Amino acid sequence: MVALAISREQVMAWLGDVADPEIPVLAITDLGIVRNVTIQDDVVVELTPTYSGCPATEVIEQSVLDALHRHGVENVTIKRVLSPPWTTDWISEDGRDKLREYGIAPPASGGSKRELLHGNRDVACPRCTSLNTAVVSEFGSTACKASYKCSDCLEPFEYFKCI
Amino acid sequence: MNSNDSLMAYVLRLADNALILGQRLVELVAAYPELEEELANANFALDYLGQARMYYTYAGELEGMGRSEDDLAFLRDENEYRNFLLLEQPNGHFGDSIAKLVLFESFYLLQLEALVHCSDTRVAEIAARAEKEIRYHLRHNTQWLVRLGDGTEESHDRAQASVDALWRFTGELFAPDEVDNVFEAEFEGPDLFRIREQWQKNVAAVLQEATLEMPEEQWMVSGGKEGQHTEHLGFMIAEMQYLQRVHPEATW
Repeated sequence: MVALAISREQVMAWLGDVADPEIPVLAITDLGIVRNVTIQDDVVVELTPTYSGCPATEVIEQSVLDALHRHGVENVTIKRVLSPPWTTDWISEDGRDKLREYGIAPPASGGSKRELLHGNRDVACPRCTSLNTAVVSEFGSTACKASYKCSDCLEPFEYFKCI
Repeated sequence: MNSNDSLMAYVLRLADNALILGQRLVELVAAYPELEEELANANFALDYLGQARMYYTYAGELEGMGRSEDDLAFLRDENEYRNFLLLEQPNGHFGDSIAKLVLFESFYLLQLEALVHCSDTRVAEIAARAEKEIRYHLRHNTQWLVRLGDGTEESHDRAQASVDALWRFTGELFAPDEVDNVFEAEFEGPDLFRIREQWQKNVAAVLQEATLEMPEEQWMVSGGKEGQHTEHLGFMIAEMQYLQRVHPEATW
């Protein structure tokens, strides 16, 4: 079989149009869950789950298959990669801006373990940028979010929690 | 016991623990009086079910008989389950559930921290993913136990009774058997004696902050790791497995 005449960059660009089903403003490439793309006889896309029980995992895998099939790539293999585990640090700068515009406070960079042990950092309201915000609940509508409210503009908002 | 058998048995225990606790938490979905706790509980249940799926898939591959995650979860009988007795205990009231989670997750987090460094890559990878989730759970559940213990007289007494009632199921967590020993020796697995020491320190600190008494040394009930369960597991899996038993191979 001859190597496919498409580039890794091209495939990444197509994956940039695949939306996260739970936060549709984010592409899966913004979210940092596309771990690698390799092209030999087939296209191998390595994806990593955000949470063990993330119900979006299967939907995302199907969306990737659909997107590549749409562009005429028939031989696609999806590999689920667990290591190293996904962290919110992998959300791109572009992704953070999109989250903010959508009304979700992006996670603080470099959070991870430290934040879990020592409480929350300052979380800026995605609407008015005030730091005068308070946790309503450590949990939210999906596994990856916590619920906050802004004490200045009084709007409730979601925070993409650091893990 | 050869190393592959021990690895399969070890992973199956991890899977059964995650599934049975996850299923107990699922029973509470839509039962919480507060939306925030409802969300927290559902999130926890989802994490455990996700972890269970990864462990079962691997256990099935190690066994090499073609059993899928669903076969292992839904088509085994009570005496084939290898979860800790602690986890199959009924939910009881909110304090009972919180006490159960704090006692177990204080152990499970230490277990996962050790598993991240074990020599089996797949187990280490799943553990690395799960460790982050359990750390988040434990922080939340610990805060609740402190709030209940250090709350009103009523909540204090009930939280103490919950800890006392569940304590006798904690011995099993640290009692190594052949599976644990082979896994530790062959795969650089957790040293349960060291985990026990650390667990006692951590749990003592939480109980102290919660103004609760650490229960006295006492007789410990065990058997879950060998498939000898309390009467609660049978009822629980009867409900959980109903659909697969009545409509074998039904899929979504």
